[in-house]
Amino acid sequence: MIAYTDKIRDIARRLLKDCRVETVIGFRNGSMPMMNEPCFIKNVDDVDHLIWDGNCGINLANYLTNRTDKIAVVAKGCDSRNIVTHIIENKIKREQLVIIGVPCKGMLDKRRIKAMAPGEVTRVVEDGESVRVCGAGFEKTYPRKDMLQANCAVCIHRNPVIYDELVADPVPEQQNVDRYEDVRAIEAMSAEEKWTYFENLLAPCIRCYACRNACPLCYCPTCFVDESTPQWVGKSQNPVDVRTFHFLRAYHCAGRCTDCGSCERACPMGINMRVFTKKLEKEAFEQWGWEAGLSLDQRPPLDTYRPDDPQDFMK
Amino acid sequence: MGVEPGRVHFSWISSAESTKFVDVVKKVTEAVRAVGPNQKFVKKELKVA
Ligand code: SF4
Ligand code: SF4
Repeated sequence: MIAYTDKIRDIARRLLKDCRVETVIGFRNGSMPMMNEPCFIKNVDDVDHLIWDGNCGINLANYLTNRTDKIAVVAKGCDSRNIVTHIIENKIKREQLVIIGVPCKGMLDKRRIKAMAPGEVTRVVEDGESVRVCGAGFEKTYPRKDMLQANCAVCIHRNPVIYDELVADPVPEQQNVDRYEDVRAIEAMSAEEKWTYFENLLAPCIRCYACRNACPLCYCPTCFVDESTPQWVGKSQNPVDVRTFHFLRAYHCAGRCTDCGSCERACPMGINMRVFTKKLEKEAFEQWGWEAGLSLDQRPPLDTYRPDDPQDFMK
Repeated sequence: MGVEPGRVHFSWISSAESTKFVDVVKKVTEAVRAVGPNQKFVKKELKVA
């Protein structure tokens, strides 16, 4: 991880010095452990703020929307796929970007680490294949692979799909991963069980919209939940309104979501709203063989017509 | 989502296919009636103690 950090700093320094870019978007240490925050570096002297470790789970493609400057952006596998999506949706131009690709080894699940620690976590150190979690009066070591975020554990695109510089050699992609075990479990439920499952899942939601704000796909100038004329969805905590927000947002991400996990990571209540987007991701894959953000030359299934589009649901 | 199968229908009907439209509406009405009144996505009145 230190090697990654050094390389990112070197590249950023060079790009800024040569005036290739005006801004470098990367991560710096947050004020709390495991809470790295996105940062915008404009000055060569600030390059040493940049870091890389297993807590860079927020998707940096989110910060590219409609920008007009020349930007270098640090991108792991999923970020790079969202950058591709941004480019095909005309939210940024390829020519504006220098993509600093990071072959990713998976992000750490901060909630699991906090839950397993016997006290308040003050420091988390990654050391190759293990993670050392430290706090007042305790120090524990866990295998890194057991501490990954749920989406990273089943990720099959760890290496950036598009980049100008790479901070290290590509990592081996995970093989024989069952990506949709969780979705299938829900599909197997009866209508009544599903209803209850989602009711319980969303019960803690406070509608802060952190999930939406963290998502690179959610860039509409005014989100449907914020509109008032007409008001598409009630603004209350009523379970019907909460559910409407979640499943409509998920539909807006259909065929676009890369399962980067930013939404779940950002949620203050720890809600796994990814079950909605993952179902649609599975659908896009099974119906059209589509995985979002893999290529600049292919249009997404929902903005193209093909005579052989599946239509079994039409009667 | 937990909405009962049989409540939501999709059909492709041209403006020239009036008879198909009638058929579909009949079928949909029957199917939905069989499922019963909608209880989902209905806001319940708050209980005041
Ligand atoms: S981030 Fe969590 S609490 Fe906030 S709106 Fe999304 S699901 Fe609800
Ligand atoms: S919906 Fe969530 S997982 Fe999908 S792209 Fe947006 S933030 Fe990432």
